[in-house]
Amino acid sequence: MKVLAAMSGGVDSAVAAARAVEAGHEVVGVHLALSRMPGTLRTGSRGCCTIEDSMDAQRAASVLGIPYYVWDFSERFKEEVVDEFIAEYEAGRTPNPCMRCNERIKFAALLEKALALGFDAVCTGHYASLLTDEDGNLELHRSNALAKDQSYVLGVLNEEQLKHSMFPLGASASKDLIRAEAEARGLSVANKPDSYDICFIPEGDTQDWIADKLGNQTGEIIDRAGNVLGSHEGSHGFTVGQRKGLAIGRPAADGRPRYVLEIRPKTNTVVVGPQAALAISEMAGTRYTWCGQPPKFTDEWTDILVQVRAHGDAIPADFTIVDGEMVIRVKEPLLGVAPGQTAVLYLGTRVLGQTTINRTVSAVSVEDELAGESLIGA
Amino acid sequence: MPTYLDHAATTPIRPEVLIAFTTALSSVGNPSSVHKFGQEVRNHLEAARESLARSTGANRSEIIFTSGGTESDNLAIKGLYWQRSWADAERKVIITAATEHHGVLDPIYWLADNQGAEVEIVPVDSRGVFDLGWLETYLAENAHRVALISLMWINNETGVIAEMQTITALAKKYEIPVHSDAVAAFGHIPIDFASSGLAALSISAHKIGGPVGTGALIVGRSVKLTSLVHGGGQERGMRSGTMDAAGAQAFALAAELALRELPGEAARISALSEVLVGQILRIAPDAVLSRGDANGLAATVHFTFPGCSADSMIFLLDAAGVSVSAGSACTAGVNRPSHVLLAMGRTEDEATGALRITLGYTSTRADVDRFLEAFPSVHSAAKKAGLPSK
Repeated sequence: MKVLAAMSGGVDSAVAAARAVEAGHEVVGVHLALSRMPGTLRTGSRGCCTIEDSMDAQRAASVLGIPYYVWDFSERFKEEVVDEFIAEYEAGRTPNPCMRCNERIKFAALLEKALALGFDAVCTGHYASLLTDEDGNLELHRSNALAKDQSYVLGVLNEEQLKHSMFPLGASASKDLIRAEAEARGLSVANKPDSYDICFIPEGDTQDWIADKLGNQTGEIIDRAGNVLGSHEGSHGFTVGQRKGLAIGRPAADGRPRYVLEIRPKTNTVVVGPQAALAISEMAGTRYTWCGQPPKFTDEWTDILVQVRAHGDAIPADFTIVDGEMVIRVKEPLLGVAPGQTAVLYLGTRVLGQTTINRTVSAVSVEDELAGESLIGA
Repeated sequence: MPTYLDHAATTPIRPEVLIAFTTALSSVGNPSSVHKFGQEVRNHLEAARESLARSTGANRSEIIFTSGGTESDNLAIKGLYWQRSWADAERKVIITAATEHHGVLDPIYWLADNQGAEVEIVPVDSRGVFDLGWLETYLAENAHRVALISLMWINNETGVIAEMQTITALAKKYEIPVHSDAVAAFGHIPIDFASSGLAALSISAHKIGGPVGTGALIVGRSVKLTSLVHGGGQERGMRSGTMDAAGAQAFALAAELALRELPGEAARISALSEVLVGQILRIAPDAVLSRGDANGLAATVHFTFPGCSADSMIFLLDAAGVSVSAGSACTAGVNRPSHVLLAMGRTEDEATGALRITLGYTSTRADVDRFLEAFPSVHSAAKKAGLPSK
């Protein structure tokens, strides 16, 4: 196969490319230039697409003896990932830019270009496994290295995208083994630190970065009954579940800390309440996709596991499709789920599909909260 | 062996030059030393200077050896700006064009950002031709504020040739020094520094079959220039540091060879270029020759291909064994829409589809044919892959 190895300059994609070469594929390394301002040097673990990353990718490709190119996707990345990230915050939602990047850039813009240029597949260093079921259908599963599992951020891939994807690291047991393999292969990125932050936020402080983009505007902090408790400098500076940075004068009736429950960007209002009120019982989204074959029946409740953040636990739930909306009911209350986040559905280790969450239903009614009833987890 | 059609990036070192260069490298001696070893090397260095002076129509003492085009540009621009603005605080304006090489633009904008320089841009038309009417008008009103003019002789991307004589004639009226980056011109068209009217001219060895790392700034004898590098006072005090005698000899020989061949080569390259341009337009009728009908260097064939991205075309051509470029590359190896094309009024999308095919002394009809064989499928696949912005 003709394989395009997407090489970020990190150890995972370098080893993935090495394994693709070893498997006998005709491999070409491509680094995606995503920043509009190329040529900056890396600080700490931050900053994909710096000149240093591009050089690291180049060195790795050279060691593997494969051709190497840098392709510019900065315009698409800005429009579809960065601008959307800002717009989502502005709308009071909590986006996942890595997911969007996979959905719109790596497995869309890049994959389409690769296919048009004669490649059969795009290979990345994601920790996830592509398996085939008994009928020959492709399934995406969690990686054997559960601590590094990245199947969540690949949950947006559809069947067609899976057909042209290659994740050679899926069967690996741990990141340490990948580093050891990189060392053994003579790849100089073997000990390069992992990147955890959002690549386009240089200082790693999302709130500051967002405030810089959207500016400050004073608004009210209220409780769910509508009582004004304090003020803030811009609702986009908050995310659901946040506790710190709330300027509230008087303590809550129960003396417990309060958390951001909801953001209302239209009125620039932040709604707070006790931690227990963060618990949701239901979430739903209209933008959903199936990762491979869709389930046979989607009009009745099906037992699944749902995961709402990259490194969160998957918890038991069931789901159904009602009027074009994927509705997910969790079997135990789930804390801190915000619109904009992605809910990925799992059947065991298999990724079934995903939706971007549009709305949630609280597990605790306002009356219960105000009556100070024994709340979940309290 | 892949086909090399990127001679404007760098052209193969000439076999005779390689021998002369390595021979010179193997002899010991600092040209500034007074003993026999030093004198021997100094003799070679000065012979090279004399030879290069002949090749450029300059006086021997006007040749300042440097590390290459970028250093020459920096020395000329910063050196002239400092000299002129210190002598007369009102002279802060540097006139240049947005189509210049980064070796010129970046020192100018550095001076603007850090040293109080003001930048005035000569407009260009869609072919990249300087608007000299604008220059004439501007100088008539503002000449007393102008420190220097820097305009390239031949554009490294599009190959468009400037009316250098007209530019220097306009500047001469007000005794404004003109610098020209002639890196893409030297060895390809006859250059006579004495009659050019220029104050300073940048040239580079590796574009004409010499080694990378050697260049020269030709500085008129009466021109005063502040040095960037201070030290032992070599090269008229304008460029301190132990002189690179081997590089100078190699450069001088490459220039001699290039100029000796020039009349025959010009005709031969023109014929190849005509085939290339004609066939490209047959394969891609919507392609746009960047310099249009303007006077240009035949060796440089620069097109934009609507709906295609340079990334795709270069990758596919490379895979087919043909090496070309998009015109300019940043240090990270990313093809960005060229500032030259944007300055010529192209949109980002249009500029994204740029391809520069450049011929050199080793280019043959077979090279051209290999490109033309590969290009139809490359062009259609690149069109299918589309633009990065879609």
